[in-house]
Amino acid sequence: MATGGDLLPPLAPVARITLWHTMLRIRRFEETVERLFLAGELPGFVHLCIGQEATAAGACAALRIDDYITSTHRGHGHTLAKGADPARMMAELFGKATGVCRGRGGSMHIADFSVGMLGANGIVAGGLGLAAGAAMSIKLRGTAQVALAFFGDGAANRGPFHESLNWAAVYRLPVIFLCEHNQYASTTSARSLTAVEDIADRAVAYAIPSVVVDGNDAEAVYEATRVAVERARSGEGPSLVECKTYRLRGHYVGDPTTYRDREELERWRARDPLLLLEYRLLQEDPTRAEELQRLRAAVEAELEAAVAFARTSPLPEAASALEYAFIG
Amino acid sequence: MDTIGAERELTYAEATREAMQEEMRRDPTVWLLGEDIALQGGIFGQFQHLPQEFGFERVVDTPISEAAIVAAAVGAALTGTRPVVDIHFADFLTCAMDEVINQAAKISLMFGGQARLPLVIRAPSGMVRSAAAQHSQSPEAWFVHTPGLKVVAPSTPADAKGLLQAAIRDDGPVIYFEHKALYTLRGPVPTADVEPIPIGRAAVRRKGRDVTIISYSRTVHDAMAAAEALQSAHAIGAEVIDLRSLWPWDSETVLRSVRKTHRVLIAHEAPRVGGFGGEVAATLVEEAFDYLDAPIVRLGAPHTPIPFSPPLEQQVRVTAAQIVAAVRAMG
Ligand SMILES: Cc1ncc(C[n+]2csc(CCOP(=O)(O)OP(=O)(O)O)c2C)c(N)n1
Ligand SMILES: [Mg+2]
Repeated sequence: MATGGDLLPPLAPVARITLWHTMLRIRRFEETVERLFLAGELPGFVHLCIGQEATAAGACAALRIDDYITSTHRGHGHTLAKGADPARMMAELFGKATGVCRGRGGSMHIADFSVGMLGANGIVAGGLGLAAGAAMSIKLRGTAQVALAFFGDGAANRGPFHESLNWAAVYRLPVIFLCEHNQYASTTSARSLTAVEDIADRAVAYAIPSVVVDGNDAEAVYEATRVAVERARSGEGPSLVECKTYRLRGHYVGDPTTYRDREELERWRARDPLLLLEYRLLQEDPTRAEELQRLRAAVEAELEAAVAFARTSPLPEAASALEYAFIG
Repeated sequence: MDTIGAERELTYAEATREAMQEEMRRDPTVWLLGEDIALQGGIFGQFQHLPQEFGFERVVDTPISEAAIVAAAVGAALTGTRPVVDIHFADFLTCAMDEVINQAAKISLMFGGQARLPLVIRAPSGMVRSAAAQHSQSPEAWFVHTPGLKVVAPSTPADAKGLLQAAIRDDGPVIYFEHKALYTLRGPVPTADVEPIPIGRAAVRRKGRDVTIISYSRTVHDAMAAAEALQSAHAIGAEVIDLRSLWPWDSETVLRSVRKTHRVLIAHEAPRVGGFGGEVAATLVEEAFDYLDAPIVRLGAPHTPIPFSPPLEQQVRVTAAQIVAAVRAMG
């Protein structure tokens, strides 16, 4: 795929600051979730996307609020970037009745249909086919929306990845498959159990254009996604965008991460997506420091309010356990 | 050194590991495959040290490819090896359903018994710590409903070991449900050279004359707690039967008990509708109707996917208190 296709103007400085702001909101949300989980305040299991903020922020910046995304088990960042309310997300992680899924889903099933976020997924590769289906619905309804499926490198080894790519190609669907290649699927390095280095190579077999980008560079992710989105919106069909990134934390909170070495972690830490963009923004214009500082304070205030909302919200009534189970 | 046949305490997870170890030592064609089992030792530690002893050729980390995992195991089972598949969470069996239902279960019949199919599929099931709708199911009834499969669901460390050994030595496909909430449960487990626990045989966990409580897997422990409470608080003597195997199942042991107690309650964590309790109840009505002094009571989860929030999750779980109340309500 040609990444240089100038279908949209390049990101204006203010949008780049927004990109940084979104990443910071995700980072601080995740760090807060980690702390709360370790303190025993959150039930269930949580998978954090610390280190991968650029993919969520960059990709969603290229989408409209009425576009759709499907997500993975590591979905907090996608949900925030798509525009969900962090307070209702936090309440969901607490299992509260005010949560975005009314406490029924939790971290692994977080979703906010009101902003086009069609769900995190406990089933690896579960979201790709759903995105293809949303794209079929878009075609049927004749709207200008697109659908984007986030998926991991590990998910590309499941059948639904392959079936969805062919499907999207033959029906020329307005869908973007966005691979977050973070080098690992749980404990297993992509090197050991995925035969190709680039998932993008597989797109060739389905006649889908693809591109590999630095997944820690939010601007690069944005650029690649917006080209793919434009293709989709103009009826040219699906694309695959592969973002090379790294999760700086364990697979889940509590993962001892014995399967990777310190040096590798340090190498990626040095390429922290937030630091990369912040450095770039300040290099160009040191006076931006003040604005970034202001945004930092705003993020803290937003999070504090979110946690307070979640903590003080009621748990669902036990007697309501069967509500929403059956569409009758 | 352990005395042969002696018992010591192990956790349920350790018991499954010991079963693997002993079977892999006695039969070089036994091997293991699944996600995150070799390097990591399994998400519940149930595979730790196995690759060190048996090598990465016999303890195989696979890609996230459930359909291929089960299909490959079926192919390998047909051709002279005894694969044991770990399916990570029983919920992901859905991703290999064709391979289980249309291949593994039917091959013996379709091909006129030309080959054996010594395959074990280990499936960690059940609710634990708000794992939510896609990581909490107890889907055993789907497999009982499928002709051609054996289904077991041990509740104790000793049974976890003995039934896994039996499953591995069995020449047909066996689905082995291990409840995630039981992994840390400690209990006596025999050392080497004890005969495996035969598939299809129930265990009477507690004797009683007033009512028979039938269960399996984790809910057996709730049934036992209920039986103690019934005895101490209400002087009701409950006989508790742990089915252990769901297909084939030990209707004889159950019938013998029911002919004595005349009252039956069946409890499991799986949804009540279409659950295994229905099969047990129907069999009792067919074969022991005249012995029943009260309607059979079935307890199971209400008809909902498992919700995340702790009070909701707790609400859909069958508890000892519910069993006590249901037995008392039988009159
Ligand atoms: C069908 C299925 N198989 C296995 C799992 C268990 N599991 C959860 S996440 C995961 C690794 C996923 O790796 P990847 O797709 O690369 O995403 P990442 O965790 O790296 O974000 C596995 C094996 C699952 N949830 N669903
Ligand atoms: Mg990955």
